[in-house]
Amino acid sequence: MESNCAIKMEKITKRFGSVTANDGIDLELREGEILSLLGENGSGKTTLMNMLSGIYYPDEGQIYVHGKPVQIASPKDAFANGIGMIHQHFKLVDVFTATENIVLGLEGEGKFDLKKAGKKVEEICKRYGFDIKPDQKVYDMSVSQKQTVEIVKVLYRGADILILDEPTAVLTPQETDKLFAIMRNMKADGKSLIIITHKLHEVLDVSDRVAILRKGKYIGDVATKDADQQSLTDMMVGRSVSLNIDRPDPVDPRPRVVIHGLTAYDDLGVKRLDNVSFTINSGEILGVAGVAGSGQKELLETIAGLYPVASGTIVYNDPKTGKQVDLVGMDPMAIRKAGVAASFVPEDRLGMGLVSTMGMTGNMMLRSWRHGHSPFVERKEPEHLAQEIWHELEVVTPSTSFPVRRMSGGNVQKVLVGREIAQSPSLLMTAYAVRGLDINTSYTIYNLLTKEKMKGTAVVYVGEDLDVLLELCDRIVVLCGGQVSGVVDARTITKEEVGLLMTQHRKEA
Amino acid sequence: MAKNTKKEPLFRMSKRGEVMPGWKAWGTRFIGFLLSLVVSAVVIFAITGLNPIEVFAKMGEGAFGSAKKSWVTVRDAMTMLCIAVGLAPAFKMRFWNIGAEGQILVGGLASAACMIYLKSLPGLVLIIVMMITSLIAGGLWGLLPAVFKAKWNTNETLFTLMMNYIAIQLTSFFVAQWENPPGSNSVGVINGRTGNQGWLPNLFSSGFNKDFGWNVIIVLAVTLFMYLYLNKSKHGYEISVIGDSQRTARYAGIRVNYAFVRTMVLSGAICGLAGFVAVSGSSHTISTSTAGGRGFTAIIVAWLAQFNSIVMIIFSFLLVVLQKGAQQIATSFGLNKYISEMITGIILFFLLGSEFFVNYKLRFRGRKEK
Repeated sequence: MESNCAIKMEKITKRFGSVTANDGIDLELREGEILSLLGENGSGKTTLMNMLSGIYYPDEGQIYVHGKPVQIASPKDAFANGIGMIHQHFKLVDVFTATENIVLGLEGEGKFDLKKAGKKVEEICKRYGFDIKPDQKVYDMSVSQKQTVEIVKVLYRGADILILDEPTAVLTPQETDKLFAIMRNMKADGKSLIIITHKLHEVLDVSDRVAILRKGKYIGDVATKDADQQSLTDMMVGRSVSLNIDRPDPVDPRPRVVIHGLTAYDDLGVKRLDNVSFTINSGEILGVAGVAGSGQKELLETIAGLYPVASGTIVYNDPKTGKQVDLVGMDPMAIRKAGVAASFVPEDRLGMGLVSTMGMTGNMMLRSWRHGHSPFVERKEPEHLAQEIWHELEVVTPSTSFPVRRMSGGNVQKVLVGREIAQSPSLLMTAYAVRGLDINTSYTIYNLLTKEKMKGTAVVYVGEDLDVLLELCDRIVVLCGGQVSGVVDARTITKEEVGLLMTQHRKEA
Repeated sequence: MAKNTKKEPLFRMSKRGEVMPGWKAWGTRFIGFLLSLVVSAVVIFAITGLNPIEVFAKMGEGAFGSAKKSWVTVRDAMTMLCIAVGLAPAFKMRFWNIGAEGQILVGGLASAACMIYLKSLPGLVLIIVMMITSLIAGGLWGLLPAVFKAKWNTNETLFTLMMNYIAIQLTSFFVAQWENPPGSNSVGVINGRTGNQGWLPNLFSSGFNKDFGWNVIIVLAVTLFMYLYLNKSKHGYEISVIGDSQRTARYAGIRVNYAFVRTMVLSGAICGLAGFVAVSGSSHTISTSTAGGRGFTAIIVAWLAQFNSIVMIIFSFLLVVLQKGAQQIATSFGLNKYISEMITGIILFFLLGSEFFVNYKLRFRGRKEK
């Protein structure tokens, strides 16, 4: 049987200090199959895959490739064994062409023949149905094309075992379908693939077999045809979980923030927001959908006073005083002083929402440090709040002074969301609040947001998973190239219709 | 099991899973220090053939061999400490203030000017005026690069560095103006024969230059202030946040540009005060070498202590003791000073290297973990 396995991992253990990330894992990837690797955050999926791609070295255990025992001590060794990994974050040089990026770092004798390389790239593209041109520059490419370059890069190096780490996180539904078609082509060509994804319907859609990890241990595998969403979730979490998002009707919706004709440019003078107008209501969750980089980040940052506005108005209706304030031209401190209770969970959690080197207490102070007239900071209250969030949201950390950058992604987000909700906001903006989080934590966040909505808070949810947007939100604003391409009712619209709106303007251009 | 085609690497690095407790981290650094002494001993013996123990003893003698020597060591350590404390807020904010050298000089220049032109003022008043003018002069030297950074996002490293050269040329100009005696191309000891106006007096006895008690008191007061400022105050919190991420700071409503300017004025002012301490409390003259590279050495002190002002006391002493010892062995053994600079280099290398072991550990081939 061993010769039928592209990869066999035997009793693989990897520890980081006192943390055991992988504990005696046995995993098989059969020749010519697509295997889904499923598990919650911190269950050790990425660690395990990093040992195949040569980034980490296992503490114990043995890896076999096509039945032969191998040592993979560097990415070079991984390629020598035909293993290629497509990481979540692309590693491309923007000003180089596709071909240049693909051959970058390859060693060869004598003069390098870029033309020949370009031909080979074209050949690979034709064979699997990739849609890139060899001499297209990376800065001209869409996210999905950049991902394609990454895939071609590992194929060019002769990989016959491909590992894709959350490849669909940045794609629209249409692009995802295209990627899956390509994956099936590669499988037909005899390649073996491992895909990591949190989205269960994708697992069911594309893979032949599912392997499940939980808390660093191998739980087991099932043939995809024998599995459904509920059974997979139960295996992953270890108990039965409800997969429905509760969506009560909006409570007394009134305009809280009215945005009109908002236009903004970035440092380089590129238009990021183009005449954006819509209304955020109290007591409802407003979803914002769009392909990555369509202006979602800029939109939230302009409202938070962190991004320069060229023209337009953002009028905030104060629910307590009934006064109207135009937030344009104010910085975060001015907005706060104007009495606007706005909370913001930014996309870049550690680089913007939190101080990575401080513990929970220090991060609570980010909102309260200015309180009081004394020149010294108040620590008791934030410490108290930190304790509260630590226990209520079940944050896993040794203490409230443990640096947040050393926590896992889910716990980092709990700290951030917990703090923002504790400010009792009247406007709560979240950007990709569940990105990279496991099912359990994601549902915790959805419930927190719904609870805020029921309190009458105006909640903005910028998301990438359309299934969730359609289930969680009341209305959805669709952005495309910095413009609003539609404001739709989330209860009646379909995923495909939203997907079309997301790309509408791009097609016209 | 089939034989391995390739061997497991001899050792690999891995990040520690948890933060090392403080005592263990300092223990690691101390072991690094001891190891550096061993390596220095081997190097000394290999190059000079001298008994390393004797050499170390002589270094100790250079720093603490007599009451006078001990006081001079304390005095110089205090000046070093004052500069490092001044640099701490800027570096903690990740504002690369390479301009302490110039800030010290203009502070010293201001003090010297007061000593020359205002010597008719009563003693204590003169000292206070000198302190204030040196604080202002240093503060201005810190203000300029910060304003340019805040307004036009200029590079503060280059800007503060260039400000050093302006300060040096300014000092040259005034040295020529104040030349005494004429033709000596130096200012000479200011007010040395006319009543020591503007000199910091002894603390424990009358007169000057026996002890440097006032230097210690002034600098320790500044050190304590800085410790409280950085660790307990709102400004200190702002500085920590900016040092971690400017985007987070803006998100939290901190006015980053304003904080840059405010902090650099403070940083420059304290470096300027170090210039006062150097002129009024030690050399009683001014020259282009009044700062003498200490503005750069103090950067090492500040970083080694990880911006903890109290810990800086230890590292200021360490570096000054090493320098004094270096001068001593140079004269006692007829060596040039380069051998002692090598020792300083070795010790610093090990101290900085121990940071690696605080954050990472090595795992060797075949070793299983418990």
